Amino acid sequence: MPTIYIDGQAHEVSEGDNLLQAALGLGLDLPYFCWHPAMGSIGACRQCAVLQYQDEDDTRGRIVMGCMTPVTEGARFSLAADRAQAFREDIIESLMLNHPHDCPVCAEGGECHLQDMTVMVGHRDREYQGRKNTHRNQHLGPLIHHEMNRCITCYRCTRYYRDYAGGTDLAAMASHDHVYFGRHEEGVLESEFAGNLVEVCPTGVFTDKSLVHDYTRKWDLQSAPSVCTACSVGCNIMPGERYGKLKRIHNRFNHDVNGYFLCDRGRFGGHFVNSEDRIPAVGKRDGDGRFSAVDADSAVSSIAALLRQGKTIGIGSPRSSVEANYLLRELVGAENYCTGMSAQEGALVQHALQQLEQSQALVPSIRAMESADAVLVLGEDVTNTAPRIALALRQSVRNKAYAMAADLRLEAWQDAAIRNLAQDQRSPLSVLSVAATRLDDVASHTAQLCPDDIARVGFAIAAELEGALPAVDLGAELAELAKTIADTLRSADIPLVVSGTGCGHSGILDASAAIARALTGPDRPAQLSFCLAECNSLGAALVADGAGMGLEEVLELAAQDGIDNLLILENDLFRRTSCSKADSLFQAAGNVVLLDTLTTPTCDNADWVLPTSSFAETEGTLISQEGRAQRHFPVFNSVAPIRENWRWLLDIGHCAEVATCKSMVHFDDVTTSCANTIKTLFGICAAAPAASSVPAADKVPRQTHRFSGRTAMRANISVHEPRQPTDEESPLSFTMEGHSAEHNGALLPYVWSPGWNSNQSLHKYQSAVGGALQGGTAGTRLIEPGDIDAAQESSGSTAPALNAGEYRLVPLYRIFGSEEMSVRAPAVAQLCRPAGLEMPASVAAELGVSNGDGVTLTATTGNVDLEVTINDSLAANCVGYSHGVSGTGGLVPGSATKLCRAENWQRAPELIGTDRGATTA
Amino acid sequence: MTDRGLTHPLTRNVHQDKRVTDLAAYEANGGYRGLRKAVEMTPADCLQVVKDSNLRGRGGAGFPTGMKWSFVPMDNAPPGHKYLIANADEMEPGTFKDRLLMECDPHQLVEGMICSAYTIQADIAYIFLRGEYIKSAQTLSDALREAYAAGYLGKNILGTDYSLELYLHTSAGRYICGEETALISSLEGKRANPRAKPPFPQVSGLWGRPTIVNNVETLCNICHILDRGADWFQQLGHGEDAGTKMYGVSGNVVNPGCWELPIGTTVREILEEHAGGMLPGYKMRGFLPGGGSTDFLTEEHLDLAMDYSTIGKAGSRMGTGTMIILDDQTCPVGMVKNLIEFFAHESCGFCTPCRDGLPWTRDVLEEIEAGRGREEDMGILNHQVAFIGAIGNTHCALAPGAMEPLQSALKYFPEDFERHIAGQSCPYCDAG
Repeated sequence: MPTIYIDGQAHEVSEGDNLLQAALGLGLDLPYFCWHPAMGSIGACRQCAVLQYQDEDDTRGRIVMGCMTPVTEGARFSLAADRAQAFREDIIESLMLNHPHDCPVCAEGGECHLQDMTVMVGHRDREYQGRKNTHRNQHLGPLIHHEMNRCITCYRCTRYYRDYAGGTDLAAMASHDHVYFGRHEEGVLESEFAGNLVEVCPTGVFTDKSLVHDYTRKWDLQSAPSVCTACSVGCNIMPGERYGKLKRIHNRFNHDVNGYFLCDRGRFGGHFVNSEDRIPAVGKRDGDGRFSAVDADSAVSSIAALLRQGKTIGIGSPRSSVEANYLLRELVGAENYCTGMSAQEGALVQHALQQLEQSQALVPSIRAMESADAVLVLGEDVTNTAPRIALALRQSVRNKAYAMAADLRLEAWQDAAIRNLAQDQRSPLSVLSVAATRLDDVASHTAQLCPDDIARVGFAIAAELEGALPAVDLGAELAELAKTIADTLRSADIPLVVSGTGCGHSGILDASAAIARALTGPDRPAQLSFCLAECNSLGAALVADGAGMGLEEVLELAAQDGIDNLLILENDLFRRTSCSKADSLFQAAGNVVLLDTLTTPTCDNADWVLPTSSFAETEGTLISQEGRAQRHFPVFNSVAPIRENWRWLLDIGHCAEVATCKSMVHFDDVTTSCANTIKTLFGICAAAPAASSVPAADKVPRQTHRFSGRTAMRANISVHEPRQPTDEESPLSFTMEGHSAEHNGALLPYVWSPGWNSNQSLHKYQSAVGGALQGGTAGTRLIEPGDIDAAQESSGSTAPALNAGEYRLVPLYRIFGSEEMSVRAPAVAQLCRPAGLEMPASVAAELGVSNGDGVTLTATTGNVDLEVTINDSLAANCVGYSHGVSGTGGLVPGSATKLCRAENWQRAPELIGTDRGATTA
Repeated sequence: MTDRGLTHPLTRNVHQDKRVTDLAAYEANGGYRGLRKAVEMTPADCLQVVKDSNLRGRGGAGFPTGMKWSFVPMDNAPPGHKYLIANADEMEPGTFKDRLLMECDPHQLVEGMICSAYTIQADIAYIFLRGEYIKSAQTLSDALREAYAAGYLGKNILGTDYSLELYLHTSAGRYICGEETALISSLEGKRANPRAKPPFPQVSGLWGRPTIVNNVETLCNICHILDRGADWFQQLGHGEDAGTKMYGVSGNVVNPGCWELPIGTTVREILEEHAGGMLPGYKMRGFLPGGGSTDFLTEEHLDLAMDYSTIGKAGSRMGTGTMIILDDQTCPVGMVKNLIEFFAHESCGFCTPCRDGLPWTRDVLEEIEAGRGREEDMGILNHQVAFIGAIGNTHCALAPGAMEPLQSALKYFPEDFERHIAGQSCPYCDAG
């Protein structure tokens, strides 16, 4: 810990930091633009200039850039010296020469880092008399708004987009004071992580298009700590609301999970909350088959009455919270609880869970994955199933560069220098997948294989690493590949295996676990991570507690004995099974009660529909693929009769006099009961503080201290300000009074600090710049490495052999399209394409089809017609369907299928890919 | 005929008719003798000779060449390529010395590069050539072809274990590419942005590998130093610096041009004897001693020796050694405006003071020159000089260099600025 002197004051700072980091860490205000805690220094903007003195006798000093100056023992600096201050003011003045005076109409206003820094340096009057440079803006797609005139040329956008996220279609163009950041031509930004530009840009060049179209200033947003529900990673988010509408989603820093960045599905997919498809009322189906709105309480008592008579099967949901699934299980009894997943997926998740629980390998956080120096991705298209992990793996390959830099004694924050030094030298990343993936550009080894072969190569890698394992008979080429990959993993300090349920193949999970087991040694913490399908896949499996039916079992039960009542929690069965099977289930069930947020085909088959709050309007605990229990809190209250899923179930439970429900009143009671009932979920109470942990007067305010217009907001209705709603369920309040800073890290609704109005204020909440929150890292890990590695019996499952004329059906995932709820967000919907079937050109030739033609796919559950897309990267004999996209619900991953040209195929009409001139309603 | 080589090593093959010296003529005049001697020596011995010669970089900064090379990892070098690059991006305003050397005697550069590459044990070399130098591209291409055919380049040069590939890169051309790290970025196919130092290119340069970038004239000296020795080279100079220097003069002089003279020749001798003095009717008011990015000096400095330290002590830089003369009928404000306009356009746009400060300075000068100057403009100009002009305030040396003519014009010719502003017109334009 070197001691440095800043303006005569001695400070202990962290070895290897630069002065800017050190100063911010000490709580000093030093303005900056181009530096970013996750992206390091390049020295472009010159804003963080300070004076450095050679020694005690040096009174003059010289200007140095804080972000480019390492802190060394005894170094002397001044932030306050007139010369340093004047220089920083000159920099702002220069940046302002061409910056428009459009703050009042700029979407960044009020949370603009440029505004903050301008005020910080004290710049006010400008001597420049000339004209301002202007640029043309570009249409960059439905997610991001571009306003180039506001640019201050800090290069953060291209550094993030290209260097950090691996995008290729955004660049700095032209030179001198004409530098332009954009695409070579207008068009949708290709990166799955483009949305982070909104937060990376220190001013209003890149802004959130949905927010621009339906605008609210940051100070008027009501926010709460929340968790993304768009995949199994569980990124922490801060949704903002006003007038009962979700306005935007910002990243909520979690040191171990998402850090500073989200994927675009998470950032923009949450807008389904405002959908016109929200179920508005409690509905009961009349004799004529139409819904009529009924009173909520009478519906609860009617449904409770149903529950008391006859057998009720509860179908839970991997997209609902642990608490809601648990309550459902309590209502119907554990033996009648179904996780809501298909039997195949349920078994896979259960299998993955067992492998993780019994492995000595560490289940890594995202941050831990970034530290891996050799990675194998086995059969999972992470960019499309767990996008944030793909961004982390993209960072992991840079560990080679950091090692090279360390040899030259270059600090890790020397971003440009390290990239120039390492060029294209990367740590090994091997990707075995059914088709080319978006990580292949940074991969050292790639192969596209059918799922069985992926598993077999996986086992061969394990056998290479652990001689005792049985050898796998592969062809020479694959055997060589297995050996090469095994070598990269063997020589790594922190090897990581990433796999998942994406292929629907348990052998791939087994192979991954076998590799991780072979790699784990006394000094080496191998890492094993499984991507799962949904935000609470693991939670639903844990609630089932080793039991829990799959959907197929419910179907069988219905077919055999019939079911009196079917209680469905936030689940659209048509996504999980074929139409015919779902239809037969509904016919066999006496009463179908559905709780859900948006209308779905399942809704059309229910007798009772109870409208539930979205993730943004309720609390809940979700278990991420890391096994991290995380709590999300309501950002705002939903409007009656919409209720939280857990509250509906609890109300029904009370009414039906279910024993365990008796003692439960509040949400925390449900969490506690669940934790006490299910051993593996014991830790979930620690995911976030309970409501009772904070005295009512000390609750964390959801509204900012500058929240305005509480009376004006509804002055057209009444001039009286209604009493703010109270929140009895969480440690947060619907007010603007109180402090948010000193609370638990899981309770941060927004970041804001005096003088730091933008999200750059985050460092004021961190224990060290870029480090964990002072209030602790949100969430609690439920799965830690076991003491003994119980070698799992390999399921050794292989897919049925292909007969002549059959093809292997593999699922292909789309970041925009495969996830159920995000596709109902208008901006995301614009990026979705209809379901299709991808096939290598050789298969297309056999079938006599080409791009845009239709094929009829013969599945066990009936025929499906899909549009052909030729994808030559697909493994031989494999055809890939768009998993999760409407119309593919009954397709079984890994099954053998027959294909023929669909003669009467009508090409789906083109989606309109522009939102210019349009506003979101 | 050789004996010109003893006193004028760089231009011994430069003829009045500017004809190209081909391989046969080059060899006939002692060409590739330096290389033959070099490969008989160890690289370490070669380096010692270059160090002893006291050769300083001819591109403008005057950094000792031998010392620059000594930072290249040698015995314990990590496996992989090392690079030598000839900086032939000659874009300093008023500078045309490297062009003469490349157009008339391309083999001299090739031989100098092979000797230099051998010394640092580089296995790949590039000539980074200014795109507009079409003729040089031709002469160098021909020379490279001849050198490869004669076994001076390629595998096992002159039958030794040493191999070198030398490529000619004709660049798209930006002033900033003359900055060695920007040149490297450009050569890698990236934006020509300079890089932060450290790490220095000697350690992490082209493609992240050890790299030496030297000016054309510097490299041309190497074969002669290795051929004739450090002592010979030392005694060529007049003062404390060693060797000869390509000096040039442009402006309203009788005989503008470029000459190889002992380093340390006085400004007066260059101007009056070689450039023939001012054209009739013109009087000298000042001169930029080493190109567009050096401070003005005036008549009182005429008897100074043109070497690094003497010119440095007088408040300017020897730079490339090619003078631009300001006469009494040319507007100093207009001249400075012209230069700043060039530099503002050539800014890479990476750092704030350069990218945004130079255009503002240009705008102010344009206003003054156009007769719309304001009293407060002088304050802005002085402020910008201090803000942009100090080394360390900007990412690289472009902007400080750009401000040198302005800051010295403000010092030596303040009355010209004041007359523009007071009279709301350019006195030189009105005069005719």
